[in-house]
Amino acid sequence: MNEIQLYELAHARTGDKGNRINISLIAYRPEDFDLLVAQVTESRVAEHFAYRRPARVVRYLLPKIGAMNFVLDDVLDGGVNDSLNLDMHGKTLSFHLLALPILVACQRT
Amino acid sequence: MDRLLIGCGAGFSGDRVDAAGPVVRTLIERGGPAALMFEMLAERTLATAQLARRLDPELGYEPLLELELRPVLADCLNHGITIVGNFGAANPRGAAQMIRRLARELGLVPPRIAVVSGDDLSSKAGRQVIRDCLPGGFDDDRFVCANVYQGAFEIAGAIKAGAQIVVTGRVADPSLALGPAIAHFGWGRTDWDLLAAATMAGHLLECGTQVTGGYFADPGKKDVPGMHDVGFPIAEISPDGACVITKASGTGGLVDARTVKEQLLYELHDPAAYITPDVVADISEAEVTELGPDCVRLSGVRGHARTATLKANVFFDGGWFGEGEISYAGPNAQARARLAMDMMQKRMGKVLDLRFDLIGVLSIIGDDAGRLLESIPDGQSTDIRLRVAGKHEDVRVIDRLLRDVTALWTGGPAGGGGVRVAKRQRLLTQSCLVPRDQAPATFEFLA
Repeated sequence: MNEIQLYELAHARTGDKGNRINISLIAYRPEDFDLLVAQVTESRVAEHFAYRRPARVVRYLLPKIGAMNFVLDDVLDGGVNDSLNLDMHGKTLSFHLLALPILVACQRT
Repeated sequence: MDRLLIGCGAGFSGDRVDAAGPVVRTLIERGGPAALMFEMLAERTLATAQLARRLDPELGYEPLLELELRPVLADCLNHGITIVGNFGAANPRGAAQMIRRLARELGLVPPRIAVVSGDDLSSKAGRQVIRDCLPGGFDDDRFVCANVYQGAFEIAGAIKAGAQIVVTGRVADPSLALGPAIAHFGWGRTDWDLLAAATMAGHLLECGTQVTGGYFADPGKKDVPGMHDVGFPIAEISPDGACVITKASGTGGLVDARTVKEQLLYELHDPAAYITPDVVADISEAEVTELGPDCVRLSGVRGHARTATLKANVFFDGGWFGEGEISYAGPNAQARARLAMDMMQKRMGKVLDLRFDLIGVLSIIGDDAGRLLESIPDGQSTDIRLRVAGKHEDVRVIDRLLRDVTALWTGGPAGGGGVRVAKRQRLLTQSCLVPRDQAPATFEFLA
């Protein structure tokens, strides 16, 4: 097995509402979807964002478009009007998710 | 029944004012019934507009409205392209009057302009409605404004009654596209699948270029041609609700399955329950199909009965926000930046909570409490900007913080440069659900 970044297999975009974000995660190739479902779990995403203390992480699956949607509660330090962050919307966090390590069969690289 | 084309001229307040021209030219080229939507409100924008209106009752509508409409108003009116926009913000009537003045100045036949209202619950009566709905109490002294998200049926009603331009305040973003579709196809209030399908078309349009290659490019991974000139989207809606997303002719950018999927899920939570004032849309079984270059179909959207409540955003005065920055470069830059950080913490950290960023080391994905920054060891970066940010009820405390950052010019670590400080009023947002009958929408024509 070989470790690569999620970035190699999928693209993503963050949206925000109040103190909650969603991050879409979309497989480039439909055949990778099951691999992503197996490895990019709610608990791994919660762990990856643990320093932001998410109150809840929920994953929704959209197999017909090879995508999933992660919803993370209370990760914006209050949200767009309350946070002291330069990125008040958390828009950059999609690429933080894409840094997640993924194990693939050796021949994939 | 003909298909309906809906173009998008803006995806937020402050969007490119040269966007709508190519969209309108394309709508005219393709012929047939068409509408042009402008989505120009965000959670924050409306409250800012309410503050502007407090200072001057003539203001409070979209500040870029004239720049947005001037290049396309004549073409839209002459070719029967209905304009729908939430550019009324906190003052839809003011926006409508401005458009009438603009039309006069351009020598056009006075257009029929409708104003949709009912979203603004900032009045004494509206405040009472919010008071009853808001969990966790209501502070009269700090209240700024409250607006409920209205839906598409009043927009459709205005168009059916002959409006050439419909000005709204807060309506749900996708309703700006759904309104013209309802008016055109004659859909009813319980045609859930149709309403949901056109709602998702509106959702794909509402952020402007976010579906045509904007906010998508990642060099070498997701390349987008002509990024300097990304065209704005156009949706072609069929009588059965299915939509095809394209973009303005002769522009840069791209529409493919990837751009459409990213925007489809943007700001969504449960894909089976995307709640708008008009319908609960379900995209869990939706499909995205590339039909050709810059041409993608969305199908399989289902709809469920709308909810009994409308969402309201309520804003309260939140005191003050201040931030200051200073840069350090060259050998030992990180240690000097961290020393400045330590000085700030010791001098002001007991008075207010501070957030620190080391721009060039960690400045974005960190949290306000600084847990991640603490865990990052000093690396190789020799070009660092320290940022300090804080919030407080009392502007004098913020002023003191900013003076302290400024004092780093002479009293801080060696070689600090480029001090900048800024402060602004803060607004706190809360959301609640309001029973529909407590916030009825209406429309009327500008006399």
